[in-house]
Amino acid sequence: MGELFVKEKEIVVPGQTLAEGMDYLPAGGAYRDGENIRSSIMGVLGINGRVLRIIPLKSQYRARPGDMVIAKITEMTNTVWFADIDGYRDGILSLREVPEYVGDGDELCQYYNYGDYVLAKLIQVSRKNMVLTMKGPGLRKLSGGRLVNVNPSKVPRVIGKQGSMIGLIKDKTGCRLIIGQNGLAWIQGAPEHELVAIEAIEMINERGHEQGLTDKVEKFLDEKMKDVVVDDAEEEAHETEKTTKEKKSSKTDSKDDSDEEEQPVRRAVGGKKKSKRSKK
Amino acid sequence: MSKNTKAVKRHDGRKADDLREMEAKLGVIPSAKGSAMFKIGKTIAIAAVRGPKKLHPKFLQDPERGKIRCNYNMMAFSGSGNRVRPGPNRRAKEINLVIENALTPAVKLDNYPGCSIDVFINLIQTDAGTRCAAITAASMALADAGFEMKDLVSAVAVGKVNGEVVADLDKPEEDVEDAVDIPIAMMPNEKEITLLQLDGLISQEDLSKAVDLAEVVCDKIYKLQKETIAARYE
Repeated sequence: MGELFVKEKEIVVPGQTLAEGMDYLPAGGAYRDGENIRSSIMGVLGINGRVLRIIPLKSQYRARPGDMVIAKITEMTNTVWFADIDGYRDGILSLREVPEYVGDGDELCQYYNYGDYVLAKLIQVSRKNMVLTMKGPGLRKLSGGRLVNVNPSKVPRVIGKQGSMIGLIKDKTGCRLIIGQNGLAWIQGAPEHELVAIEAIEMINERGHEQGLTDKVEKFLDEKMKDVVVDDAEEEAHETEKTTKEKKSSKTDSKDDSDEEEQPVRRAVGGKKKSKRSKK
Repeated sequence: MSKNTKAVKRHDGRKADDLREMEAKLGVIPSAKGSAMFKIGKTIAIAAVRGPKKLHPKFLQDPERGKIRCNYNMMAFSGSGNRVRPGPNRRAKEINLVIENALTPAVKLDNYPGCSIDVFINLIQTDAGTRCAAITAASMALADAGFEMKDLVSAVAVGKVNGEVVADLDKPEEDVEDAVDIPIAMMPNEKEITLLQLDGLISQEDLSKAVDLAEVVCDKIYKLQKETIAARYE
């Protein structure tokens, strides 16, 4: 009785009628309007039995408790830090939720300063508040490296099934790579390798809806890494660094990098800008 | 302007329900969350969406839902020769308000309490129908930014020129004596009108004729919007 107006894997726009009748059920990104099921976002239609679901092509970050995010410290008071997590609210990081002991009379900026990027975890999300914590394995201040923006809807693609994509990028470029659920990815390695990793991530961001992307990215990385020539001095410096890191990262999860010696924070580069990072 | 009263009497040879040539593109401004270009005839509008971010000043915040804020701007060189003074003016302020009102019912704003979603609209070239082009571009940009929406919004100006109800007036038509200009924005699936303005004097029958015509031509624009979004990700 129910009639489907759109084929599977077809691109739909907000408001588009997907199906008629009660035979189909709306799931994420779709809603029922009387007899009809309509889409509420721009995305690709996925059909699972009777359930119609829209896989978004682009989305806003929807914060959920338990998300690992890369946050930027933007403000602080006597007892809390405020961090931009690209949600509709600033994340709140209170004194209690940091692993460091903050002594009496200490300035908060001694620990996390304005503009610092931290890997934090959301523990509570409400309409009013988004509470962050820094207590947990791998949660820390990010120093050095580069940042690149990914659309939050593409984060699962960048990670891949069981971390296949993120593992691929890490293996091929030898960079350390952390991606927050809010769509900020942090990359650290040899500068030339970082650029390659950024290009790969931007490629996933742009073409995340295509099929067989892992193979394409692998091919792309192979090709790019052939051309990469690392300056001798830099290569030596990074080679030693890299090998130790590779050992570490092969064991640990993407979001579970062990801590390292403090480095001066280099300016984060977002979007398509590809300026060379400043030397330490 | 020719003032003859033959069947086709529009100065550029269009039929009453013909639109000017249209073109649209998604993602024209990569740094914005969402962006779109919409061109109809010589009118070109570019829209960029930023946000959601905390709305300041605080007294404008709505604790229950977000707010769409528009910024309509005609570029200095956009007019027919004389320099258009860019920046906010009385006209732009009114247009900002009507565009906000036209877009707000389409976007699900409950997810963004106390926030603003900023829509920046610039007109590179103008030849009447700018607010309609702006709304059409802005709704595509909002969809491109990944906002949940009830529907897209398509807008077109209909009106009465030389005693005939016609769609998509251009500048020469708008300047005809006794011409009536009716910008209409609607959600094509919802069949809901979100903007209706009227400049001039028109009878009740002609007005409902014009609104019916707008419904038909809005569907054409909606089709283009749909194709544009699909083409971006083919």
